[in-house]
Parts: sequence; structure tokens; C-alpha cells
Amino acid sequence: MQSKPLALKILDVVSIIVLGISTYLALVFAPKELVMGDVQRVFYFHIGTAWTALIGFILAAGFSVVYLITKNLKWDRLQVAAIEVSLVFFLITIALGSIWARPAWNTWWTWDPRLTTAAVTELIYIAYFMLRQGIDEPEKRARFGAVYALVGGISAPITFFAIRLFRTIHPVVISGSNAAAQGSFNMTPDMLTTFFFALFTFTVIFIDLFWNRIRLGDLQERVEQLKLKVTM
Amino acid sequence: MIDKSTEMKPMTIERTNPVMNFVKAVAAIVWKDLRAEFRSRELFSAMLVFSALMIVIFNFALELDVKVRQSVTAGVLWSTFAFAGTLGLNRSMAIEKDRGCLDGLLLAPVDRSAIYFGKAISNLIFMLIVEVIVVPAYSFLYNINLFIPGLLMIILLGSIGYAAVGTLLATMSTQTRTQDILLPILLLPVAFPLLLAAIKASTGFLTGAEWAEISLPVNLLIAYDVIFIAIAFMVFDSVIEE
Repeated sequence: MQSKPLALKILDVVSIIVLGISTYLALVFAPKELVMGDVQRVFYFHIGTAWTALIGFILAAGFSVVYLITKNLKWDRLQVAAIEVSLVFFLITIALGSIWARPAWNTWWTWDPRLTTAAVTELIYIAYFMLRQGIDEPEKRARFGAVYALVGGISAPITFFAIRLFRTIHPVVISGSNAAAQGSFNMTPDMLTTFFFALFTFTVIFIDLFWNRIRLGDLQERVEQLKLKVTM
Repeated sequence: MIDKSTEMKPMTIERTNPVMNFVKAVAAIVWKDLRAEFRSRELFSAMLVFSALMIVIFNFALELDVKVRQSVTAGVLWSTFAFAGTLGLNRSMAIEKDRGCLDGLLLAPVDRSAIYFGKAISNLIFMLIVEVIVVPAYSFLYNINLFIPGLLMIILLGSIGYAAVGTLLATMSTQTRTQDILLPILLLPVAFPLLLAAIKASTGFLTGAEWAEISLPVNLLIAYDVIFIAIAFMVFDSVIEE
């Protein structure tokens, strides 16, 4: 069995270190937000995980197309890895957002476009894993997975626009302004530093987990092949 | 002596016109489905009875009095169509999978997408037949006029999208171990924007809203239909190849 590559080991350690730094920045270094107080600190990780999860889902849709064209199972393993890590990250995003929404909007949940899209997206990718689970043949599983990830990946943004037909209260922090949004704020330079560091942190952690998951997929594949060899 | 009447006739499909051949192949599949259904009436009766039950249950679940009716009618109708549609889609693909009918279809010398369009159109026809019965029944039972041209157009557009994406996903779900349990789980989150836009537009027509307010969901419906028919057309090959 191949041992873990050195670069990946280093990346594991780096991930833990940057997560530590980012936690410090978010909880201690960043100034306290005037209106919302300490609960606003959730925001840094909320955006960090959301950002990486979205990148992961977009990557997965891309891998679908590449798989359907090349039929190389390597792309299927990349896709599973991206979706699995993104699914967890997105769940963290929703949980953190909910914690923030309780004091800011006075409710844990509201059927706002972003929240609803997030919930429906989670359901799509949970369905994706249920679909894969029901198929034994690896090649067929990959084909069906790729088709569903593509269909789901296109449907999710349409969901977002569809719910936009109704009004939103979700704040848009980075750009644009929405008069109906509740809980928006302007960032000070220290907040910006923390914010961008959190984005960086979660990108690093995502790459690390993604890489580990791909490696796991490769090992699974090898185990399957060895099992086949033994039984033959 | 070979009897002339039972002798195999040579293929009459003309090779010169590929578009006509494609249309003929699609029509043949639609005709096969309709004829099979006309003989057994399994799928249609199940969908219809299910829809009737849904409407009765919604009546008591939502206390459909005169005031509530106008705002929830669209929701009740679309939930009914969506669930009855899932029932029909499952059945229509399951009979293909049963006893290797799908393999027979795949052996036919036609483009694979003709199979997709044939199945999608017959699924759409089943949905529309159910809707043609449910809509007047609902109007009659709840004394609410549903015969608004705009609303009927929305029902058609919504059903087209639902059948288009549903046929693709049902083809996949019937080939898995969990089979028919999986279809609603796969289909509903993907059809979510379609149902949302359809409900929004239907409510708009029912409450007599301005066109400016309705045009956005209608455009969204049309966009959804076009996008998903195109995608299903492109990827259908990958879900049936053996």
C-alpha cells in the first residue's frame, strides 16, 4: 500500500494551523460589530464554508461533463470527492447561518431565496448519494451520478432565481444593497482581514479534504480490484 | 408455400428524410404506449383515483373555505399533478424495464433520443389526460372557475417540463435497486423551481394579477422547459446504454 504523500501530510498540518489562526482572528482579533455584537463573528466561517461548498458543487458539475465525454472513472472519483466535502461544508454553512439568524432576524429559519436554495441544494446532493447507493456496477453508477449531478447543478441556480420572485431579507455584504435586507453591515479593515483569511482557510481545508477523499476513492478502487483478483 | 399476408414486409421507412424518420419513430413509441395503456388502463386509473383522493384530503387538511380557496388552489393543483405525475412516470418506465422491453426498444434502428421523446410525450399525454379530468372536477367541487386560458397554458407548460425531466430521472431510478421509491426523491428537488414558478404563475392568473407580475414566472417556466429538454436530449444516451 502506498503511504500518504508528503505534500498531503504537510497540507493536513497547514490546514489545522490556518484553522487555528482563523478561529483566533474571528473570535478575538476582529472588532465587535456594533449592532449585532459577538454573534456577527459567525459570519466569517459562514461565508468561508459557503464559498468553498459552492466552488465544490460547480466543480462537480464540470466533472460530470468531463466524465460523460471521456468515460474515465477518475473523473467520477473527483466528482464524488467534491460533492461529499461540499455537502458537509454546506451543512456547516446552514447551521452557522441559523445560529446567526436567531438573534439577527429573530428566527432560526425563514424561506428566503438563499436559505431555500441552500436547503433544496442539500436535498439534491443527498438524493445524489441515494442514487449512487442503489447501483452496484461502478461504471453505471458513475454515469448516473454524472447525469444527476449535472441536472442538479443546473437546477440549483434556477431555484435561486425562482425564489427571487419573492422578496428577500438576506443581507448582501460584499456588493450591492437591498433596502429590505436586515442585518447588513460595513466591514472595518480588521474585519476584512479576518474575512479574507477565513476564505483562504476554508479553501485550504477544502483542498486538503478533497485530496484526502480522492485518495480514499483510489484506495477503495484498488481494494475492489484486489478482491476481484482473490475471488477469481 | 408462404402465405403472402403473413410474410414479413420490408421496412417501409424511407432513408431519404431523417427528420421524417425521427418523427415516425417518436410517434410509434407514443402510439405503442397509448395503445398498451388503453388496453390495461392500469396507469391512468391509478393516477386519476390518486388525484381524486388528493383533492378530497386537501379539502380537509387546508379547510378550503371560500376565502382560502383562491390563494391555495394553485398549490393544491400542482401538488396533485406532481405526485400523480410521479406515479405515472414510475409505472411507465417500470413496464419498459419489465421483461426486457427497453432492450427491445434499444435494438430498434432508431436514434436513442427518439426513444426519449417518445416516452416523454406519452408521459406528458398521461399527465394531460389526468389534468383534463381533474381541473373540471376541481372547478365543479369547489365552485371556482379554472377555465382561464392563461392558467391552462401554465398547466401545459408546467407539465411539459415535469414530463421532460421526469422521464430522464425515471429512466435512471427504475434501473437502481430501490426502483420506484427513488424517483420522487430525485425528481422533486430538481423540479422545485418549475413547481414554484408554475404555482406562482397559476396564483397570478387565479387572482387576476397584472401581466407584468405574471410574466416573470411564465418566462422562467419556458426557460426551464427549454433548458431541461435540451439537457435530457443530450444525456439520455448515457442513462440507457448497457
